Amino acid sequence: MHASFVFVLVKYRCSFSLYFLHSIVLCVGGSIVLRRISRRRELRLKMGIRFVLMVNKQGQTRLAQYYEYLTLEERRTLEGEIVRKCLARNEQQCSFVEHRTYKIVYRRYASLFFLVGVDNDENELAILEFIHLLVETMDRHFGNVCELDIMFHLEKAHFMLEEMVMNGCIVETSKANILAPIQLMDKSS
Amino acid sequence: MALSGMRGLSVFISEIRNCQNKEQERLRVDKELGHIRNRFKNEKGLTVYDKKKYVWKMLYIFMLGYDVDFGHMEAVSLISAPKYPEKQVGYLVTSCLLNENHDFLRLAINTVRNDIIGRNETFQCLALTLVGNIGGRDFAESLAPDVQKLLISSSCRPLVKKKAALCLLRLFRKNPDVVNVDGWSDRMSQLLDERNLGVLTSSMSLFVSLVSNNHEAYWSCLPKCVKVLERLARNQDVPQEYTYYGIPSPWLQVKTMRALQYFPTIEDPNTRRALFEVLQRVLMGTDVVKNVNKNNASHAVLFEALALVMHLDAEKEMMSQCVALLGKFIAVREPNIRYLGLENMTRMLMVTDVQEIIKRHQAQIITSLKDPDISIRRRALDLLYAMCDISNAKDIVEELLQYLGTAEFTMREELALKAAILAEKFAPDLSWYVDVILQLIDKAGDFVSDDIWFRVVQFVTNNEDLQPYAALKAREYLDKPAIHETMMKVSAYLLGEYSHLLARRPGCSPKEIFSIIHEKLPTVSTPTISILLSTYAKILMHSQPPDPELQNQIWAIFSKYETSIDAEIQQRAVEYFALSKKGAALMDILAEMPKFPERESSLIKKAEDTEADTAELSAIKSRAQQQASNALVVTDQHPANEPPQVTQLGMVKIPSINNLENNHVDQEVTQTNGIMGEVEPQNGDILGDLLAIEGPPGVSGTETLTEEGALALAPVGELENAVKPVIDIAERFRDLCVKDSGVLYEDPYVQIGIKAEWRGHQGRLVLFLGNKTTSSLDSVHAVILPPSHLKLELSSVPEIIPPRAQVQCPLEVVNLCPSRDVAVLDFSYKFGTTLVDNKLRLPAVLNKFFHPVTLSAEEFFPQWRSLAAPPLKLQEVVRGVRVMSLGEMTNLLNSLKLIVSPGLDPNANNLVASTTFYSESTQSMLCLVRIETDPADRTQLRLTVASGDSTLTFELKEFIKEQLVSIPAASRPPVLQPTIQPISSSDPGALLAGLL
Repeated sequence: MHASFVFVLVKYRCSFSLYFLHSIVLCVGGSIVLRRISRRRELRLKMGIRFVLMVNKQGQTRLAQYYEYLTLEERRTLEGEIVRKCLARNEQQCSFVEHRTYKIVYRRYASLFFLVGVDNDENELAILEFIHLLVETMDRHFGNVCELDIMFHLEKAHFMLEEMVMNGCIVETSKANILAPIQLMDKSS
Repeated sequence: MALSGMRGLSVFISEIRNCQNKEQERLRVDKELGHIRNRFKNEKGLTVYDKKKYVWKMLYIFMLGYDVDFGHMEAVSLISAPKYPEKQVGYLVTSCLLNENHDFLRLAINTVRNDIIGRNETFQCLALTLVGNIGGRDFAESLAPDVQKLLISSSCRPLVKKKAALCLLRLFRKNPDVVNVDGWSDRMSQLLDERNLGVLTSSMSLFVSLVSNNHEAYWSCLPKCVKVLERLARNQDVPQEYTYYGIPSPWLQVKTMRALQYFPTIEDPNTRRALFEVLQRVLMGTDVVKNVNKNNASHAVLFEALALVMHLDAEKEMMSQCVALLGKFIAVREPNIRYLGLENMTRMLMVTDVQEIIKRHQAQIITSLKDPDISIRRRALDLLYAMCDISNAKDIVEELLQYLGTAEFTMREELALKAAILAEKFAPDLSWYVDVILQLIDKAGDFVSDDIWFRVVQFVTNNEDLQPYAALKAREYLDKPAIHETMMKVSAYLLGEYSHLLARRPGCSPKEIFSIIHEKLPTVSTPTISILLSTYAKILMHSQPPDPELQNQIWAIFSKYETSIDAEIQQRAVEYFALSKKGAALMDILAEMPKFPERESSLIKKAEDTEADTAELSAIKSRAQQQASNALVVTDQHPANEPPQVTQLGMVKIPSINNLENNHVDQEVTQTNGIMGEVEPQNGDILGDLLAIEGPPGVSGTETLTEEGALALAPVGELENAVKPVIDIAERFRDLCVKDSGVLYEDPYVQIGIKAEWRGHQGRLVLFLGNKTTSSLDSVHAVILPPSHLKLELSSVPEIIPPRAQVQCPLEVVNLCPSRDVAVLDFSYKFGTTLVDNKLRLPAVLNKFFHPVTLSAEEFFPQWRSLAAPPLKLQEVVRGVRVMSLGEMTNLLNSLKLIVSPGLDPNANNLVASTTFYSESTQSMLCLVRIETDPADRTQLRLTVASGDSTLTFELKEFIKEQLVSIPAASRPPVLQPTIQPISSSDPGALLAGLL
């Protein structure tokens, strides 16, 4: 409240008593002023991909990777909300869902849903095909990948994703390059 | 079988999977966490294998949504394990479990750094990935040089390089200075020459971030991007591994086109031609194919190309191609393409003027509003909102109203708000507007915010023709068996004000109106009751001579609520009761509300506010800027001087004080009127207000209210004694804004002259204070109230001015930054026993810091083009312009030192002007102005202002607007009447009165 008072006074400093009264009134009805201040947001650089989720059709999370920091509580809420939203949709509906400040691009493969949260102005189709690239990469490694592969080879799924996305940006799209470190690991163990 | 042979982990996962319900799962997880905690507690006998296993379990549990608040140390410690498998697990789990603020992470900085500068490439990759995902400021400071070195080293292999690029991107986000090193843009440019597509993909991501922050430094990279696109489009040297369903890395293509969108324009004709060839090929050559993946990938590129074409605002030919494509897309069956078609059409409306072509698809878009898919419906709503104008408003708003009945909960508020805004902005006639809003309230009352009905009341109050119609409509809605509370509020208000206009109609006698409203009273909430009480008071006032039965009924209600527990209701009841016994005085006090001052629609503001949160109303803001409204919305954009919105409509009229000549005073009175409503509910001081305003007209001095005077009239001030200026101060001020010497103020005793010299951002003013009388003036005080953007130093002013003498007071001015605010001179003196106090605006205004400059076409256009977008270039359609010929406008601009360059604009109806502005913050800054007039309608024009500083652009735009519109807002003078001291004002009522 105090802050808003200062803000208004500075603006009106050269004005006259009538405007001073305005400023007082504005402070009494403070919400108006506060809202105006909150609109000044800092420039945030675009993240691109903000999270990748794999969820089965019962809504159980099979893999979750976030590229921005959310608390556990925020994650739980977010996952609950978007899983409910996306799983309720049918085949005839489009693959994009708007949720809060996210756009969710999702794709379903048998019992498994791949959900990718991106910024609002990200190229949706590019992300949609990125999901498919991820699935094809897993296919190449596991051979016809299924939910159980991801469950019991969580580490490999994570490694693959890590080779493909870093800090919300796509790093690599060549399957051979993506799988190289995993093969290295398989060999060494 | 799994997880590199960690059996314990597989068993755990199976057990979790077999849990029948969430409760069982929780028990199992708790048990496991307890076990792991124990094992970690006593490190003895804990092998690296165990650690690895437990850390994985922790990650698994964390993924399921359980809190894992221990074991972070163990995860981090694996990072320093010598062997690859352990190290890898350590890095991966750390980056999932921890965030940049964790203390443990700092412990690892050294190990991470050693891995980054070490020889082992796989270790380098792991370390770079960790930093790239969760590195914070600490990392940025200690690692940036190492990462940069890797990125530009020629010996570094692609697999490390691509990670280094994105790692640097992270560090740049944490601390933008890491790339502010000499020659970095050249290195970036070299990176874009990269042949390896993996490295190029991640370098391009880095590049997009860099240019989105500041494109200026990277002009040299622009041709490189076009080269990359050419290479991909021609499929030259693209390894099979990077082709996706026959399309050369669609992701890299998209990313590169995205990067190009951060440059305002492409100057070099060769580069431009090459790029357009590629774009043309994408636009023409993308066919619909059977394979879904191929189709998606090629359309991903196509949509990005569309966005780039829109951005570069290419030759009209290409733009129409785009619209044609989008028109095709919104009609296809494939939902994804339909969605994107609608989305991109909305974007297109924001960047170019294609409204007419898009209107052809209106029917199709309306169909999409009924699509079973909410995502598509949302896009359709946004597009309809953006494409609405006066020609199709009726259709669109009626569609929205119809849809409102069936729309889901989550969309209703947005729909209601949008329908209300469109109805307001584009109403072909006002009765239609009232119809729409009342329907809106009727259909979706819960979603109609107070702002919406306040706005209706404002319009009805300001348009007399509308009043009987609105009252009749309100009366009709009251016949409905169950009506929404908001409807109750608006109906009660309208009927209170205007039901007397209906008196001859059946069912509209004061008695009948009263009883139908009163019938609903038991069902409404407290705030509505207070509106109803006001309505009763109004009805009573309008039925003169009073019908005794009605009067008794209403009095009974007032006396019942005199003991209400709600202070607001109680106060209203007490006051109305007392007032209604005053007979004729009641007529005056409760007379109809005066007109509201025109103001920007609060709805549009609200829409802008919501936008910040949801981005769903994205279209609103830009549209609001683009097409200024018609008569209904007055876009009076004085962000600071805006009178506050009426949040509560006071029903008490202030008698307008007409015997003050200046019409601006009237304006202020009505403004105060708006404010009163705000003051009311907060301090509940209606009484004070009433007292203050009940005084006879002409009370413009300040009064002290007699303490005991419950309803007594306040004593009248002695205005006659006040010293009045003998010149029109406002006019003098306006003159001085374009002249450098003249009279600022004059009354029978004193004259203040002014003379000024301006140089760059500095100025020197001399005030000439002259005593016109034959006796001396005492207690002379001159104080400068400087706005924040000016530094003002006034030399001392003598306290006494001898008879017939003139005193000179120099005043130094330094302009710190652009602003339209005005400095004020508070000048007071005593003549005999009268204290005269004036607040005078000083003509140290924005245009004083202009220096005339004339530009040729060669100088003007490159500048104009390089300042391409908001906030550096702003455009606005200005309505209500003072009618003047182009010659007069040229003179006006020239007099403001905005020098018009004739013939620069090919269209003879347009003016182009330029000037240089000086301030300490901007130094000298070139400002460009373009005014496009409409020969058919001289009262409107489109104003575009550009400069290298966003504040300057905005201030200059507003400044020019003020000069052009018929009642220049700037010329509203300060409190003109010299006020008589002392003001005894602890009472807000008295304060208000003082302002009248």
